[in-house]
Amino acid sequence: MTGDGDLHTLTGAYAVHALPEAEHVAFERHLAECPACAREVDELRATAARLGLAVTAAPPPEMRERVLGRITTVRQEPPKVTGGPGTGQGGAGRAGGSGAGRRLRALPRVALAACLAAAAAFGGVAVWQYESAQDAREQAEQTRQRQEDVAGVLAAPDARTTSGGELPGGARGTVVVSRERDRAVFLASGMSAPPSGKVYQLWFADGEKMRPAGLLESGGENESVLMDGAVGRASAMGITVEPAGGSPQPTTEPLALMKLPRAQ
Amino acid sequence: MKEAAHLAGTGGGAGPDLAELLKEVARGDHDAFAAVYDRIAGPVLGLVRNVLRDPAQSEEVTQEVLVEVWRTAAHFRPDKGSAMAWVMTFAHRRAVDRVRSAQAAADREERAALLDRTPAYDEVTEAVESRLEREQVRRCMRTLTELQRESVTLAYYRGLTYREVAELLTQPLGTVKTRLRDGLIRLRDCLGVTA
Repeated sequence: MTGDGDLHTLTGAYAVHALPEAEHVAFERHLAECPACAREVDELRATAARLGLAVTAAPPPEMRERVLGRITTVRQEPPKVTGGPGTGQGGAGRAGGSGAGRRLRALPRVALAACLAAAAAFGGVAVWQYESAQDAREQAEQTRQRQEDVAGVLAAPDARTTSGGELPGGARGTVVVSRERDRAVFLASGMSAPPSGKVYQLWFADGEKMRPAGLLESGGENESVLMDGAVGRASAMGITVEPAGGSPQPTTEPLALMKLPRAQ
Repeated sequence: MKEAAHLAGTGGGAGPDLAELLKEVARGDHDAFAAVYDRIAGPVLGLVRNVLRDPAQSEEVTQEVLVEVWRTAAHFRPDKGSAMAWVMTFAHRRAVDRVRSAQAAADREERAALLDRTPAYDEVTEAVESRLEREQVRRCMRTLTELQRESVTLAYYRGLTYREVAELLTQPLGTVKTRLRDGLIRLRDCLGVTA
């Protein structure tokens, strides 16, 4: 929990669902490692619930019939019996879309985004090869590895975050760096699709020199992508629009440049 | 009146009754669910409507939330907080999800219009059973600084992200983050919430 003071202040925003999706997911990683934060979140959620109770309304009478009728056709979920990771933390609402239940369900979505991005990072050619060679197992393994790497960076004890990078169209970028792992994850929310035939490409900036760090599969609202290659001595990261497949060097002005958080 | 005292007295109307009832609901008890419905339908609808405003959408989301409570009752963990907090957290999440998906679909102008809605806090719906609760919340809200109160109100009652709150209030992101947190902490202490 050292150096997570900045993340810790997000308990309030998290408790009232005021974090954009990418930050929400990143904070949940942090929660799993920070029992004090989880406890505070529980308390602040309970507090927020009181604010909700203060605006109680009278439901229309026919709604009761409708809901009571509807549940007769809805199968109930069994209790969760294992105490796997993530099941012991979180807020009052552990299931049904809040708390850990939500967390568990949110992960595959991010994993999918990461997985798409990973596929893109290998280039269009690689993706076609995979389809024709049916080398599904290897692809799955790479994907799994990527997901773990993303999770590993986000949850790393020395993870540092720079957020607030403005991207076109009001989108936001956040970069999380673990110097110990020497890897970085780029989180984007609200990204619009690139112009047709173009892709977003990520770069590490080593001083003046730009080093390719993978492509950003877009079209999704939220992305979390493990940047290709080691962070090394990079002091910043950038994002540009490139022809499909990416470029060895940027061919356009960066849409955004973000300083990487420093090691402490 | 008894209900009002109960709501105000148990930190969220989540007395042992509701938690007990949820346990029975988890075993498939329809009568228990009807009793749960009677306890939570009003609070859920009130909260959802406060965030969404649109009456038809609010009812739709409320019904989804209620059915979801039936479906996932077995996941409620009393050691993680009160039953009412569990329900309300989920209801708020669903309402906010609806706002955000609507927002994603809307163009910038529509978004601006959405942000222009007046704060919801003062337009609360009349309902007898929440009167005491409301008075207490109002009283505690008054103990916040203006920036804390605005941040909490915009985020919770209107379902905005802290970034949107920062933009509306023309405050730095970091300031809004911390005001949200210390505002809620102050409310927690004032309302005597223990999670």
